[in-house]
Amino acid sequence: MSGPFSESPSVQSEEHKDYEGSKLGMWLFLFTEIILFGGLFVLYSGYRAKYPNEFHQGGQDLNTVIGVTNTVILLTSSLTMAIAIAAIQRANRKLSIGCLAATILFGAAFLLNKYVEWSGEIRHGIYPNSPQLLEEPHGRQIFFGLYYSMTGLHGLHVLAGIILLSVMLTFLIRKRISSEDFNRLENSGLYWHLVDVIWIFLLPLFYLAA
Amino acid sequence: MEATNKHLHSIPYRTYITVWLALLALTAILVLAGELFHEALAVWAMLVLTPVKAGLVFFFFMHLKYERTALKALVFMTLGLLVMVIALFFLDISYR
Repeated sequence: MSGPFSESPSVQSEEHKDYEGSKLGMWLFLFTEIILFGGLFVLYSGYRAKYPNEFHQGGQDLNTVIGVTNTVILLTSSLTMAIAIAAIQRANRKLSIGCLAATILFGAAFLLNKYVEWSGEIRHGIYPNSPQLLEEPHGRQIFFGLYYSMTGLHGLHVLAGIILLSVMLTFLIRKRISSEDFNRLENSGLYWHLVDVIWIFLLPLFYLAA
Repeated sequence: MEATNKHLHSIPYRTYITVWLALLALTAILVLAGELFHEALAVWAMLVLTPVKAGLVFFFFMHLKYERTALKALVFMTLGLLVMVIALFFLDISYR
């Protein structure tokens, strides 16, 4: 190919990176996530106002210990995520890899807890459209419908975060993320922290509301 | 090549650990409030402390404290929009 650019290949090989723009793009995506979950929070509040007793009773039937344990797990995973970024900025690759791996493991532990929790409830016949639930009051059906859809959507976000962070871990190990170029790790961290923030709001709505 | 965020270098690990301990303490207060306090007080504790927890994550873990004013303004506008939607929604359902 001939043209004005073919004469200076060195200009083409210089990769341009716009860190500020990429971070702003990540935040804009997070805004759509905030609005997505915000809509579900509005739905929850509306039905809670309509069925206060059923929602109160529903919250009592959930396992507070598992809910609080998962909160501690996610808060701690946010700490290890933040330290993973701070460490690679200081060119401490070993600490960064260790902390990012810990973050992924905490995420997996969260999902494992979720699995134990959900399978216990399903064994008791509480799941959307279950014969037992269909015979119970309407407000209770709505409470558990919201519980499964909101914590389920959040769980999918945790799963997506685990996959994203696993890719970042391979980048870190292969030195494609460095103290000079860690923007991808920082943006992934923003996503992980937002998933933590959403859980911070889900905890009082479902587990502490009784 | 410019580093992503030069001022981030000055955030010590200690700051993150302090924020984490504060988040755990606030969670403990929330759980205890539900067990010990009168229901109305427990609800108020939730309404106040939950946004405080989210704010700590936003400001320190997500570095919002160290970002430009323009980005801070964008975040507050998004959250403000959500608060307005919730307020309008409750106005609607309480006067039907």
